[in-house]
Amino acid sequence: MYTQSFNVPDKGQKTAAVTPSLEDPELMARFDARIDADGRIEPQDWMPEAYRKTLVRQISQHAHSEIVGMLPEGNWISRAPSLKRKAILIAKVQDEGGHGLYLYSAAETLGTSRDQMLDGLHSGRAKYSSIFNYPTLTWADVGVIGWLVDGAAIMNQIPLCRCSYGPYARAMVRVCKEESFHQRQGYEALLVMMKGTDEQKAMVQDAVNRWWWKCLAMFGPPDADSPNSAQGMRWGIKRISNDDLRQKFVDATVPQAKVLGVTLPDPDLKWNEARQHHDYGQIDWQEFWDTVDGNGPCNKERLSTRVKAHNDGQWVRDAAQAYARKQKERAIKEAA
Amino acid sequence: MSTAIDYLLHLADNAVVLGQRDAEWCGHGPILEEDLALANVSLDLIGQARLLYQRAATLMGGDATEDKLAYFRDAADFRNYTLLELPHHGPLVGYAASDRDYATTIVRNFLYSALMVHLWDALTRSSDSELAAIAAKSVKEATYHLHHSRDWLVRFGDGTDESHARAQAAVDHLMPYTEEFWASSPAETAAAEAGVGVDVRTLRAGWDALVNDAFAEATLTRPACRGYVTQGKLGLHSEHLSFLLGEMQSLARAHPNGCW
Repeated sequence: MYTQSFNVPDKGQKTAAVTPSLEDPELMARFDARIDADGRIEPQDWMPEAYRKTLVRQISQHAHSEIVGMLPEGNWISRAPSLKRKAILIAKVQDEGGHGLYLYSAAETLGTSRDQMLDGLHSGRAKYSSIFNYPTLTWADVGVIGWLVDGAAIMNQIPLCRCSYGPYARAMVRVCKEESFHQRQGYEALLVMMKGTDEQKAMVQDAVNRWWWKCLAMFGPPDADSPNSAQGMRWGIKRISNDDLRQKFVDATVPQAKVLGVTLPDPDLKWNEARQHHDYGQIDWQEFWDTVDGNGPCNKERLSTRVKAHNDGQWVRDAAQAYARKQKERAIKEAA
Repeated sequence: MSTAIDYLLHLADNAVVLGQRDAEWCGHGPILEEDLALANVSLDLIGQARLLYQRAATLMGGDATEDKLAYFRDAADFRNYTLLELPHHGPLVGYAASDRDYATTIVRNFLYSALMVHLWDALTRSSDSELAAIAAKSVKEATYHLHHSRDWLVRFGDGTDESHARAQAAVDHLMPYTEEFWASSPAETAAAEAGVGVDVRTLRAGWDALVNDAFAEATLTRPACRGYVTQGKLGLHSEHLSFLLGEMQSLARAHPNGCW
C-alpha cells in the first residue's frame, strides 16, 4: 500500500552518508554513469554501500507498512455490512499482504533476510508508514482509506516504478496496478454510501475529516526540511519532491470530493489562478512527528499485534521446518 | 421449492460461517504466506455463500436478497454444521477469551474440506442446474482447501512435539462434531429425494478414507466418538454462533435502510 514518501532514518541509524572515498573510484564512476543514463541497477551489479543501505531501509519500511497496514482495515472485515463488501475487503487486505511479500523479496536481493527485517520491525528499530497509527472508527474509514490513503500512496509510488533499483521498480509496477484498483473501489464504496441514509453520509464526512490532514502529511515534510531527498533524487530512488507530490494529490482530490459531495476540512483550501494549483492550509507537523516517533494513538497496538502474531506463529514455523528436515532425511535414507 | 431453499441455506450457512471464522486470521497469520492462503480460503467460502444465497433468494422471490439471508436471520435460523462456528481454540464456553490456535483452524478446515470435495462433486449432478454449476466451481476450491489443510495437518502431526500435541488436541476436540455430518436432517433427506441434494451418508466411506490416510501420515490418532451429536444443521447451535453473528451482523442491522 503505502510507502512513506520520504526516508525516515530507523531508530539508532544515522542517515546513510555518502562516503565515496571508501568506494573503488572506477566502480563508483561506472555506477554513477549508469544512474546518469537512467539505467537500472540489478542485484548482481556493484553498488555503493550507502545506496544499498538506503534501499534496504526504504524497501523494508515499505514492506512493513504493507503488513502493518493490513490491521486498520482488517479491523472491519468481520463487520463488513454486506457479503460483497466483505469479499472486496478481504481481497484488498490480502493484496496488501502480497505487496509485503514482494517487497520483502525485493529487499532480500540486497542481502538482508526477511527475518532480519522483521526483527527490525518487531524491536521497534524500523519505521513503517505513520498513517497506520490512526484508528479506523467506522465502516466509512475503509472507503476513505481506499480513496485518500491509497490515492496518496499511488502519487508516491508511481514514480517508484522508474526507481533505479530493478527489483524494486518491477515490484512497484504490480503494486501500483493493485493500488489503483483499491482506490477506485474505495471511492465507489463511498459514492454508494453517499446515496444512502443521512447517517451514512455523516459517517463518510466524519471519516474524511479525520483522514484528510493525515493523508497530506503522508508525503513527508516540506522540501526545505527534507534533507534526505536530494541524495534520493541523485540516485534515482526518489523522482519527485514531497511538496510537488502533495500538490498533485490536492489538485486531483478536490474535484473528486466535489463529485462525492463531501467537504475537505480545510478553510484555506482554494484555487489559486496565478499558480494554477490549489492553495491549502498548514499541516500540523508536530502531531506528525509525535506519531512517527511512536506516540500516536495506535502505535503500540499496531506493533504489539504484529509481534504477537509472529510469536504465536513460532511453533507453526518450527513445525514446518522440522517436517521438512525429516522429509529430507527420509529421502537421503531411501536413496542410500 | 422450499426443499431446495432449505438445502441451499444449509450449504450457504456452512460457507459463510466458516468464511467468517477463517477471515479472523487476516493480519494475524503465523507466517505471511499463510495469512494470504487463509484469506484465499475465506474468499472462496464467502464467494460460495453469495452464489448459494443468491440462488435461494431467487427461489424465495419477493424481497429476499443474499444480504437479507446472511445478515437478517438469527442464530436459530442458521443451518450450518456446529463444527464450523466454533472459535479457533479448544473447548471453552461462549464468552471465554482465548488465543487463536492454528492447529484448530487447520484440523477444522481439513475435516470440512474432506467432506466437501465429495459433497460438491456429487452436487455437480444435482437436478437444480444452478446448484450443479455452483458445485462445479466449488469442488475445485474445496480440492485446494483440502490440499492446503492436509499439508499442514501432516506437518503438524509429524513436525515437532508441540505441533503434534496441538494437532492431536484439535483432532480430539473437533472430531466428535463431525458426527453431525452423518445424521441426516429433514432438509437433506427431502433434497436427496428430490434429486436436488445428496444423501450425505453415501459419502462417509470416501471421507473416512481421506481422514484415515491423512491421520496415518501425520502420525495422529483418530479418537472414538461417543455421546452427544451436535445439531447445528437443525438450528440448534453451540453458544458460539450468536457471538459470531452478533459481530458479523452488527453494522448491517444498525443501518437496516443503509445501502452499501
